[in-house]
Amino acid sequence: MSSTPVLETRDLTIRFGGHVAVDAVSCAFHAGTLTAIVGPNGAGKTTYFNLISGQLAATAGDVLLDGVSLAGMPPSARTRAGLGRAFQLTNLFPNLSVIENVRLAVQARARVGLDLWQIWSRRRDLIARAEHVLERVALQSRRDAVAASLPHGDQRKLEVAMLLALEPEVFMFDEPTAGMSVDEVPVILDLIRGIKQDASKTVLLVEHKMDVVRELADRIIVLHNGALMADGEPEAVIASPVVQEAYLGMAPVAGEAT
Amino acid sequence: MLRTLLSEDLPKSRVLAFLLAAIVLALFLTPFLVPGAKAMGVAAKILVFVVLVASYDLLLGYTGIVSFAHTMFFGIGAYGVAIAFTRLGPSWGALAAGLAGAVLLSALLAFVIGLFSLRVRAIFYAMITLAVASAFQTLASQLSDLTGGEDGLNFKVPEVLSPAFELHPDPVLGASLDGKLLTYYLVFAAAMLLFLAMLRIINSPFGRVLVAIRENDFRAEALGYRVVVYRTWSNVLAAVFATLAGSLLALWLRYNGPDTSLSFEIMLDILLMVVIGGMGTLYGALVGAALFVVAQSYLQDLLRLAHGALEGVPVVSALASPDRWLFWLGLLFVLSVYYFPAGIVGRLGNKR
Ligand SMILES: Nc1ncnc2c1ncn2[C@@H]1O[C@H](COP(=O)(O)OP(=O)(O)OP(=O)(O)O)[C@@H](O)[C@H]1O
Ligand SMILES: [Mg+2]
Repeated sequence: MSSTPVLETRDLTIRFGGHVAVDAVSCAFHAGTLTAIVGPNGAGKTTYFNLISGQLAATAGDVLLDGVSLAGMPPSARTRAGLGRAFQLTNLFPNLSVIENVRLAVQARARVGLDLWQIWSRRRDLIARAEHVLERVALQSRRDAVAASLPHGDQRKLEVAMLLALEPEVFMFDEPTAGMSVDEVPVILDLIRGIKQDASKTVLLVEHKMDVVRELADRIIVLHNGALMADGEPEAVIASPVVQEAYLGMAPVAGEAT
Repeated sequence: MLRTLLSEDLPKSRVLAFLLAAIVLALFLTPFLVPGAKAMGVAAKILVFVVLVASYDLLLGYTGIVSFAHTMFFGIGAYGVAIAFTRLGPSWGALAAGLAGAVLLSALLAFVIGLFSLRVRAIFYAMITLAVASAFQTLASQLSDLTGGEDGLNFKVPEVLSPAFELHPDPVLGASLDGKLLTYYLVFAAAMLLFLAMLRIINSPFGRVLVAIRENDFRAEALGYRVVVYRTWSNVLAAVFATLAGSLLALWLRYNGPDTSLSFEIMLDILLMVVIGGMGTLYGALVGAALFVVAQSYLQDLLRLAHGALEGVPVVSALASPDRWLFWLGLLFVLSVYYFPAGIVGRLGNKR
């Protein structure tokens, strides 16, 4: 793993007033790996994601994608550069149908958004791709339902489907299975496992459930009060006293946060 | 063919399809069905407002942008044609020059306003457009050498479009075949084309992104759509269509002044028509404009009839006085919003 990392953060910091939510986090992520990001509620995991994908501007530090700084780039440009994100708080187009939510992601990926003259419903290829993604998250039966009318678990699946449709280089999952019922979780985990098989993809996964983390992660990083507290092989990190005490001892392992 | 023309966005219900077909057919046949200058004037106004209201819905209903500068662009179109004909004489070249100048000016203005202010909160954007539009209104009346000030401009149009031009000496079905009739069909064809072009735009990939932005701009941005670019384009497109609508109005009236194309009353009318027809459905513009303009134009006549018939009945006849037409229009509006909160077309199942 001496090659240039796909994604790297250097001393990435954000301060809200006096509160340092992400504190000089330096970390590199390589292709073909899945890194789990853990830490108690309010540790700064989602904020770290927001800094990477551009929803928040860093107070200090930098984010690099394939060695190129993303400073000053709006979220849309970062997405087009290959960063894909699924949100912790479900974030859909509420009054549009399930298929239309996914199709908009497919269309973004196909870069035809500025086309004024095609008829969108005649782009069968894009619609077929969206349908294919829906099948992957087992949501094809809800194809024409309005997104806002879906039960929570299905909304989470749709959130993941939109990320898949973007076909990014870097997948950022923020607690993808939170609030899902037990029988819905395996679909999502299988998907993440599938992405992980692809040696060209990089996965960042924020997850509270330690059994999931243990099974999927190649590496774990621990955030605590915004700072990087531990970084290493899953077993080693989980076993380290500092983590046992500060995180695992504190938060219920199978706990759930939304 | 029809599907391509309508960009695969066919009316979702039979009733709506029938209603739309009836309106278009009626507009097409008006000069022969209802001979007389008034009917043709009302029909032409409907055609112009279909374009104007649809272009506003592009902004309000599809992109979720509240702007009060729409009449400014409408006015630029009307003044462009009026000034060009006044200065350059009644030639087709003058029309082209006026159109081109107006469209360019509008596009530029919309681009600048959009780029500088579409990043701010919606309410501030609405206020900025209000300020710009008032400034423009003042400017138009100040530059009276160019614009004719409060009196406006009367001008001649190319020979074939002038009322004096005779296509055929004998009237057909009560309609005289003159330049005015030709102008009417020019306006009709242009309005239909512009409407279909807008229908295409909202059913294009671009149009779907506008809807996505209206629904959740944060997520649209996260998917890779540069929201400010799309909003700006939407603003520019809406402005250009409004400008073209203004040009059509001036061409039809052979006159333009502040009250015909720039006043805030028109802005209010546009808002009412969008709401009556249904926000976020382009077909609503057709229905809203037709209903509103007909009511606006014939309510007084209707009331005059009612007033005559009710003469002597104390309170009722006073209510039916032709001077009360605005009251009745307001009542119609309130009732229609109460019963069809999603607009008439929204109610008929074409909400998108
Ligand atoms: N926009 C903001 N303004 C002010 N404070 C913020 C903002 N965003 C996040 N914070 C604060 O930063 C801290 C980190 O929050 P963050 O959401 O990143 O935690 P998290 O690790 O994702 O927690 P959870 O496990 O609950 O999702 C919290 O104290 C939060 O209140
Ligand atoms: Mg979080």
